[in-house]
Amino acid sequence: MPDTHSPALRSNQPADAHAAVYRYDEFDKTFIFERVEQFRAQVERRIKGEITEEEFKPIRLMNGLYLQLHAYMLRVAVPYGMLSSTQVRRLARIARVYDKGYGHFTTRQNIQFNWPKLEDVPAILHELAEVDMHAIQTSGNCIRNVTTDQFCGAAADELVDPRVYAEILRQWSTLHPEFTYLPRKFKIAITGSPNDRAAVQVHDIGLIAKKDEVTGRVGFTVYVGGGQGRTPYLAVKARDFVPVEEIIGYLEAILRVYNQLGRRDNIYKARIKITVNEMGPAKFLGLIEEEYARLPRQKFHVDPAIVDAIQTHFAAPPWADLPAVSESFEAAKQADPAFARWTRTNLTAHKTQGYAIATISLKPIGGIPGDAESSQLETVADLADLYSFGEVRVTHEQNLVLAHVRQDDLYALWQALDKAGLGTANAGLISDIIACPGLDYCALANTRAIPVAQRIAERFADLDRQHDLGELKIKISGCINACGHHHVGHIGILGVDKKGEEFFQILLGGDAGTNAALGEIVGPGFDYDGIIDAVEVVVNTFVKLRQPGEIFIKTLARTGHAPFKEALYARA
Amino acid sequence: MPVLDRGLPIDDRWTDLADDQDMPADGAVIVSLERWRADRDALTARRDAIGVRLKSNQLATEISSDLGSLSLVALEFPKFRDGRAFSAARELRERFDYKGEIRAFGHIIPDQYLFLTRVGVDTVVVPADRVGPAWAHALKEISVAFQPALGREEGTSLLRRHLKGTVPA
Repeated sequence: MPDTHSPALRSNQPADAHAAVYRYDEFDKTFIFERVEQFRAQVERRIKGEITEEEFKPIRLMNGLYLQLHAYMLRVAVPYGMLSSTQVRRLARIARVYDKGYGHFTTRQNIQFNWPKLEDVPAILHELAEVDMHAIQTSGNCIRNVTTDQFCGAAADELVDPRVYAEILRQWSTLHPEFTYLPRKFKIAITGSPNDRAAVQVHDIGLIAKKDEVTGRVGFTVYVGGGQGRTPYLAVKARDFVPVEEIIGYLEAILRVYNQLGRRDNIYKARIKITVNEMGPAKFLGLIEEEYARLPRQKFHVDPAIVDAIQTHFAAPPWADLPAVSESFEAAKQADPAFARWTRTNLTAHKTQGYAIATISLKPIGGIPGDAESSQLETVADLADLYSFGEVRVTHEQNLVLAHVRQDDLYALWQALDKAGLGTANAGLISDIIACPGLDYCALANTRAIPVAQRIAERFADLDRQHDLGELKIKISGCINACGHHHVGHIGILGVDKKGEEFFQILLGGDAGTNAALGEIVGPGFDYDGIIDAVEVVVNTFVKLRQPGEIFIKTLARTGHAPFKEALYARA
Repeated sequence: MPVLDRGLPIDDRWTDLADDQDMPADGAVIVSLERWRADRDALTARRDAIGVRLKSNQLATEISSDLGSLSLVALEFPKFRDGRAFSAARELRERFDYKGEIRAFGHIIPDQYLFLTRVGVDTVVVPADRVGPAWAHALKEISVAFQPALGREEGTSLLRRHLKGTVPA
């Protein structure tokens, strides 16, 4: 076994004893196995023909089972993106035994299996339940998996660790009797950092956790009515500070107003963002406040003592007392330029001296964004055990994270990742692309998205060139439903069908971060071959215009879209 | 159509009256909101129990000031996917403290039954060919509830271990 600093491994505890995942108690376990048996009976009824596909559909969707172009797809919830190594190994096993040996991480921090057989799904859910996992509410018109900052509990810039609140929201929203047949799906994101890595303003509800500087009370700035899709909106601020004790009641009020007044006549107008904007934010927010004022708030009061109890699941791992500078880390960077390059993009500052947060790229050049093979998942699980307290996180940008790595261990970690095809030094760069599954899998798609991402990555394969370009986020959707987040890409790409032919529009200036912004379409679309050249024209224009050290989005903000438009269309 | 209480068919005393049907001389009747508003005096003069049907786009507030006169409120599900009645039921109970019977009718599937009981619905109307063990079974499949609501099972609510407060009787 390689050298390890894992206190768990050295003391014969399970290697992931300190992984910050919510561990089920007997009630949680009772629930999850009852749910598996319920679904097993439902599948049997369906296979026997006792219920129609139309009636089975909402049942399977509530259990994460979609019917795609070629097969069923099972979407497994990864609550707020947190996994233990035991859970990662189980996902690897499920991919190997029941699927084609790989899984796909999504923009909602979940994982999808693309080829399960219907009759195997109850067994898969049982295997998940054994490791405190499920696929509940990963689909359907209900409250979906709550997402958060992938660096929570580790980032140097964090003010409040959002995970305990994300878990409270997970429990509150699970099989909610009133809010399981909403007008449309409902997504909540939460962050505790002033640097928003959870894109909270493009969610149905976005929560920014913060601490009142005077009283020390924790609460949330609540945003409502954001979303992407066909009609993108940034969320509006509902309240600047809702204390933790009141947050469930406040969310009940929002959901009740939406459930009663959200449109149900048109699926494309049914999200809360449309309700908010058709009614006008002032009126909508007024209704929320009225509802909140009269509902029995005491019933939903979140007891601080119980917040503390759930907090124990997310206790900080036993970090060691380390010097600020690791000599071996510095020496390795000097000796190995490829490693040094990786450290420039794939590391984030940790709040504890001597540690770093490592992003594992699932975007190898030419690969499928977000895909991981079973063997790769097992490698990640092993490395998490050795170097990061047995904990793995999933990011909404479809990468993985080891959040607590000693700087001393980074070189060994990267070497092992690199050997497994997981060491690409491109986090945040032009080849770190979000792409939806597109026509390769999805029944809704108009165009391919994955091959476009692959070809862009190949065009910019030279890592030195990528590093020279700096932070540049490309996001690709194969239809206007925007699962590939094209509205908030620095460069967004939207696939559209024009008389049976694929066309791709370019949007510029989107941003999913703290300065959230929606991109604008620059002009007519490009065909499948032309889109890669067009991206390169945009990039080359940026290189010509940029000032020293300036990243793409800053240059664009300074120059406006005109020079990019001219470069793209003048040559035609 | 059969009416289920706790998963089993019951003898139903109510006559569900369409707007163009004549009012029977006596007996409990359920009428539309519109007919209730139009024939209120005639209905209350009969001295028999009165129920009112709400369509899914008619909120609980439409009937809230009349609840003292009503022994039953029936909530329609035009499609099982239309979940507005879940909020209507909850508002009747929680906001307006309604103690009479709440009945769900229309397109309802057994998988919604437990949720219905947890927002305050007492009875469901089910087409004859849909009556079967699935309904009673649906109430027993999941014994754990994660959030405070209005069902009989609230004592086991998980998040209630984390959320203070009392459940209305």
